[in-house]
Amino acid sequence: MSEIRPPKIKISVRNLNFFYGSHQALFANNLDIEEHRVTAVIGPSGCGKSTHLRVYNRIYQLYREQRAEGEVLLDGHNLLDSDVDVLELRRRVGMIFQKPTPFPMSVFDNVAYPLRLHFKLHRTEIAERVESALRGASLWDEVKDKLKSSGLALSGGQQQRLCIARAIAAEPEVLLMDEPTSAIDPVATAKIEELILALKPRFTIVIVTHNMQQAARISDRTAFFYKGEIVETDATAKIFTNPSNPKTEEYITGRFG
Amino acid sequence: MFKQLAQKILDPARADRLFRIAVLLSALLLPLVMTGFFLQLGWSSAPAWREFGLSLLWSTEWDPVANRFGALPAIVGTLLTTSIAIVAATPPAFIIALYLVDAPPWIGRPLSQALDLLAAIPSVIYGMWGLFVLVPVMQNHVQPFLADTLRMKHLPFVGEYFNGFGILTAGIILALMILPYISAIMRDVFRMTPPMLRESAYGIGCTRWETAVHIVMRYGARGLLGGVFVGLGRALGETMAVLFVIGNVAMLPDSIFAGGTTIAATLANNFAEADGLLRHVLFALGLVLLVMSFIVQLFAQSCLTATAAARGEER
Repeated sequence: MSEIRPPKIKISVRNLNFFYGSHQALFANNLDIEEHRVTAVIGPSGCGKSTHLRVYNRIYQLYREQRAEGEVLLDGHNLLDSDVDVLELRRRVGMIFQKPTPFPMSVFDNVAYPLRLHFKLHRTEIAERVESALRGASLWDEVKDKLKSSGLALSGGQQQRLCIARAIAAEPEVLLMDEPTSAIDPVATAKIEELILALKPRFTIVIVTHNMQQAARISDRTAFFYKGEIVETDATAKIFTNPSNPKTEEYITGRFG
Repeated sequence: MFKQLAQKILDPARADRLFRIAVLLSALLLPLVMTGFFLQLGWSSAPAWREFGLSLLWSTEWDPVANRFGALPAIVGTLLTTSIAIVAATPPAFIIALYLVDAPPWIGRPLSQALDLLAAIPSVIYGMWGLFVLVPVMQNHVQPFLADTLRMKHLPFVGEYFNGFGILTAGIILALMILPYISAIMRDVFRMTPPMLRESAYGIGCTRWETAVHIVMRYGARGLLGGVFVGLGRALGETMAVLFVIGNVAMLPDSIFAGGTTIAATLANNFAEADGLLRHVLFALGLVLLVMSFIVQLFAQSCLTATAAARGEER
């Protein structure tokens, strides 16, 4: 990075602990997410990567037995505070899941849905924003002639980009991606990686991935999780060439995981 | 000897062939029974059709002494009570199912079991309860409230009330009876929605209601419709629960408070002492009921296919 000014911190995690009932899954996580950067979260299965990500939009709250303690500051405000408007938080912090989850409606309505949910817009304006979201997700050229057909009729890679279009239509500030390419073939994966890089200037992106090449290709910073703790966070180039912690080195060289 | 026979049967290739034949024969029972019913009902009702022709379907006369019969009152009664039941039962069934899926286990589980138990109560119990509890309540409270307090007696097909028996009471009993069925099916449909789909709805800022109505309901549309049609089928043919409370009058009801009858209730009431032409007429009524159920099934299938197509599913 050639900038002199340090990038702004969009999300700051302070001493985050997480519990599934009485089982503790995250231990004193501290992490700074820089604005307009891609932060990769890597680590072996079951190390708490997804759990950590699911705190940022409080989606874990759907499940009664799950509980987070500590602070997660979004632009300086703790999003775990009880007076936070969760619906508005989820508009600001969008999420992409492991499998494509198009809604059972047309391609157009999939993207228009969050618009109708969050904004009072005129029809023409909705159509404009749907188009720009689909363009933003590099999907427009492929679907512009079948906007009325079902979102479920698209290919897997197209469905996942449709979900990205749906997420960015709500004009979020942060995009959380939980292994977004794990169910998708390599060619479609490459397209989505390209897309992530293209989205970087507009959004702050946090991506959980099992694929270390993917983390190396697209992320600026990488956080390595192990057994619910954050072992090391650094510039991606540094993590993958000269990690400080021997555990990190063992993982990225494939000795476990 | 037995050992040889056993070995012969247990020979894998032979056993597989035997199994295939057994499976095929069992499956063939279905069309056999189906056509059997149609043929037998058609055969036994033939004299009635010869006597009255298709006018049997729209005649309102029912005079066993003069041997004049018309099925219209029973057909109308069946359609009316079934419609009332479906309209009254579906919304609460949906809400109950919605609640049961997300309720905390300490209350969700017992309520869920109660729902399954309710679905298992024999219909005659509903009928008895209707006769001794619901009919007086309808007579003393519900009907006066609807007719006088809400001034609905000026509306067409509502009118004056007489006693607690009648079309509306039967519809309500049927609604209570099919509600647990519909609700249990809807609950299972909600449970089968992929958690990730629900999460992605919440993930873009949906409330629970928005997630349920916009996403889960669309996703499970086929199953939910299926639940409604199961209830519809049950209400259409229900006999005992209706028999107790409908008043059993073979006349075209002029209001929803009026007494009436349904096809199933007419059959149950008359078969014991029916002979001659009446007996054939009753068979004709049975055929009409069977055809109605059949039409409901065809309609259900086409609805399901249509919703599947609208959602882009391959079939």
